[in-house]
Amino acid sequence: MHSMFKRTAAALAASVALAAPAAAELTGELRIFLDTSNPAPRATMEAMIERFAAEHPGLEIETTVIDREAYKTQIRNFLTADTPDVATWYAANRMKPYVEAGLFEDVSDLWAEPEIADNLASTKGAMTIDGKQWGVPYTYYQWGVYYRKDIFDELGLTEPTTWEEELANCQKIVDSGRACYTIGTKFLWTAGGWFDYLNMRTNGFDFHNQLANGEISWEDDRVKQTFANWKQLIDMGAFIDNHQTYSWQEALPFMVNGEAAAYLMGNFAVAPLREAGLSDDQLDFYQFVAINPDVELAEDAPTDTFHIPANASNKEAAREFLRFAVSADEQTEINNGANLGQLPVNAQSAVDDDKFLQQGFTMLSSNSPGGVAQFWDRDAPAEMAKVSMEGFQEFMVKPDNADKILAKLERARERIYDN
Amino acid sequence: MTAVVDTPEQESWFHRNQQRIAPWLFLAPGLLFFMVYVIIPVFQSFNLSLYEWDGLGAAEYVGMRNYEDLYWEWVDRDAFYISLKNNLIWLVLYLAAIPAGLFIALFLNQTVWGIRLYKSLFFFPFVISQVVVGLVFTWFYDPTFGLLNEFLGLFGMGPLNVLGDERFVTYGIIFAGLWPQTAYCMILYLTGLNAVDPEQIEAGRLDGAKGGRMLWHIILPQLRPATFIAFVVTIIGALRSFDLISIMTQGGPFGSSRVLAYYMFEVALSEYGFRMGYGAAIAVILFLIMLCFIAYFLWSMYREEKGH
Repeated sequence: MHSMFKRTAAALAASVALAAPAAAELTGELRIFLDTSNPAPRATMEAMIERFAAEHPGLEIETTVIDREAYKTQIRNFLTADTPDVATWYAANRMKPYVEAGLFEDVSDLWAEPEIADNLASTKGAMTIDGKQWGVPYTYYQWGVYYRKDIFDELGLTEPTTWEEELANCQKIVDSGRACYTIGTKFLWTAGGWFDYLNMRTNGFDFHNQLANGEISWEDDRVKQTFANWKQLIDMGAFIDNHQTYSWQEALPFMVNGEAAAYLMGNFAVAPLREAGLSDDQLDFYQFVAINPDVELAEDAPTDTFHIPANASNKEAAREFLRFAVSADEQTEINNGANLGQLPVNAQSAVDDDKFLQQGFTMLSSNSPGGVAQFWDRDAPAEMAKVSMEGFQEFMVKPDNADKILAKLERARERIYDN
Repeated sequence: MTAVVDTPEQESWFHRNQQRIAPWLFLAPGLLFFMVYVIIPVFQSFNLSLYEWDGLGAAEYVGMRNYEDLYWEWVDRDAFYISLKNNLIWLVLYLAAIPAGLFIALFLNQTVWGIRLYKSLFFFPFVISQVVVGLVFTWFYDPTFGLLNEFLGLFGMGPLNVLGDERFVTYGIIFAGLWPQTAYCMILYLTGLNAVDPEQIEAGRLDGAKGGRMLWHIILPQLRPATFIAFVVTIIGALRSFDLISIMTQGGPFGSSRVLAYYMFEVALSEYGFRMGYGAAIAVILFLIMLCFIAYFLWSMYREEKGH
C-alpha cells in the first residue's frame, strides 16, 4: 500500500517536475499521520498528499492512516517516540495537554505570514494557547437542527426561531405520536452538544466559556436555568426513549423512520441520512432557536487540525505541507461535496453548493455574532468534559436528579481546576 | 606430545555445583520475564500511584492524595464506590457459573449417540470471543428491537431497557458473562468426571447411595481439584471483567456499570483519561483485593501439596 502510493507519487512528481521546477527544494522524508479513517475523508487526504508530492518531487512522503477512535489514545505514544512530521488533531482545549507537555511545535511563524494571517483569522482563536498558535485548521462544520421537512409540513409547522415557538412545535410533534428529537447518548458527547446550545442560548457564549474554564460554579442559578430549560423539553417527551443505549448512528433510524422529527447534530449526519433514503426535500436545517433574547447567538463549529509534533524531524517540509493544506485552492477542493463535504477554513475558498453547507456557512459567517465554540469536549478540559457529559446523560434520563448531578459536577470542578 | 593429565579433583566450579545450579538455569528465562512483566510493574504501579501524571509531561509527587481522592469518592458514593460495589456483585454472581457448569457437565456425562456434538455445542460460547458475546447480548437486550423484549411481551411484561437502566445493567452484563464462563466450568467438570473412580460409585451404590447423596458424598469429593480450578478461574474472571463492559455499555449509563478494572482504564487511558497516577491507585486497590484471593489459593495449594 505504502510502496504503491510512493511509486504513484514519484511518477506524478516526475511528470510535474519536468513541466515546472518546484518552488522550494524540499528533500528528505515527510511522515504524515492521519485519523481520517472513514473512506471518503481518507481518499480526500491521500489525494491532497499526492498533489503536494507532485509539487515537491524531492520529498519522500509516507502516509499512515489510523482508525479515528484508536488515534485518540495512540497520539500520546507517537508524539513522544517514533514521531511523525505532521499529525491531525482537534482545536482548542483538546490540544492543550500536548501543548503543555511541549509535544506540539509552535507555528506562530506560519500565522504571521499574510497568506494565513489574513485568510484564516476566524479560526485563529481556536488554535491559540498562551498567545501562540500550535497548528492549522483544515476543515470545520456547523452544528444545528436537521429536521424532517415532510413531517413539519404535515403538521403545519415552520422553522422555529424562539424558545416559545420551539416548545409549541415540539408539543405538536409529541401530540402526533412522535418524538421531537432523536439522540443517542451512549457515548455521551451528543448530550454535550445539547448542553452547548442550551447554555449558550440561555447564558451566552462568554458565560459558557467561563464555565468550561472552571470559573463559574455549577450550582450557579444561571446554570440551573439552563437545566430548567432542558427539563422543559425532557418532561414533554421531546427526546426518544432509551437514548442512553444508542450511539449517534443507532439513533439515526428513528429519524429516517419518522419516529422522531429532528436531530441536533453536526453536518456529518447529513451523509448517512441521505444514504438511508431521505431526499433533500424531506431533510432540512435550521439554526438552534434563541432562548434568552438578551444574549447573542453563538454556534458550535468543531475544527479539525494539522499539527507539527515537537519531535518531528522534517519540520521545514511539514510547515510547507501545512501552508499547502490551508491554501485557498486546496481548501476549496478537499471540503467540497465530493470529498469531506464540510466548510473550508480559508476565507478565499469557495463553499460547496450543497444546501446544508451553504446554510451552515451563512449561519456561521453572518448569524453567529456571539462567537463560535468548538464543542463541549474540546472546550472543557478532558476530565471535566467526561464527568459533565456523564451528568448530562443522567440528567436526560432522570431530570429530577438535577440538583444532585450539579452538586457532583461542582465537586468535580473544585478538584479538576485547582491544579 | 604431552600427555593429558587427568585431574578429577580439579573439577570446575560449575561441575561441582551443577546439581544446585541447573534448576535455576532452567528457571531463569521464566523468572526473568516474570520479573520484568509482573513483579517490577507491580512495584512501579505502587510508585506511580503516589504521583500525579498525565502520561506526557513531568510527574508530580502528591503522596497519598490519589488514595485520599478515592476515599472521598467512596464517601460520596461516587464512581469508585459504584465500581467497588459492582466488583462485589460480579464476584458473588459470577460464581453461579460453577454449579451451572457442574449441572451441565453431569447432564452431558453420558454415552448416547452424538454426545460429542452436544458437548461441543455447549462449549461453543467459550470458544467465541468476548467481543462477540458482548455484541450478541447487546442486541438481545436492545430496548426497541431486541429479542428479550419480544419475549417479555408474550407475557404482557416489559419493555425493559436492561443496559440503559442503572438498576439492571450490571446484572445484565454478568448474565452475558455467565454464558461463556459456565461453558468453561462445564469443560473442567467434564474432564474431572472422567477421572471419577467407578469402583467407588459401585461401592456407594451397594451401600444404597443414589441421587443427591451419591453426588454429594461420592462424586463431589472426587471433583475437588476441578472445583478448585473452576473457583480460581471464575474469581479471576470476575475481577478482570473488562471486555464485556467496554463493549456493552462503556461503563454507562452514567457510569453505573463500571468495575474497578474499567474505571482504571477510563481515568488513565481512555479518550478523556489523563490521570495515570489515579489509575495506578485504582490498580493498587484492585491488586490488594486480588491478593486476598491469590494468597488464599496459594495457601490452600500449599496445604494440598503438604498433605500428599
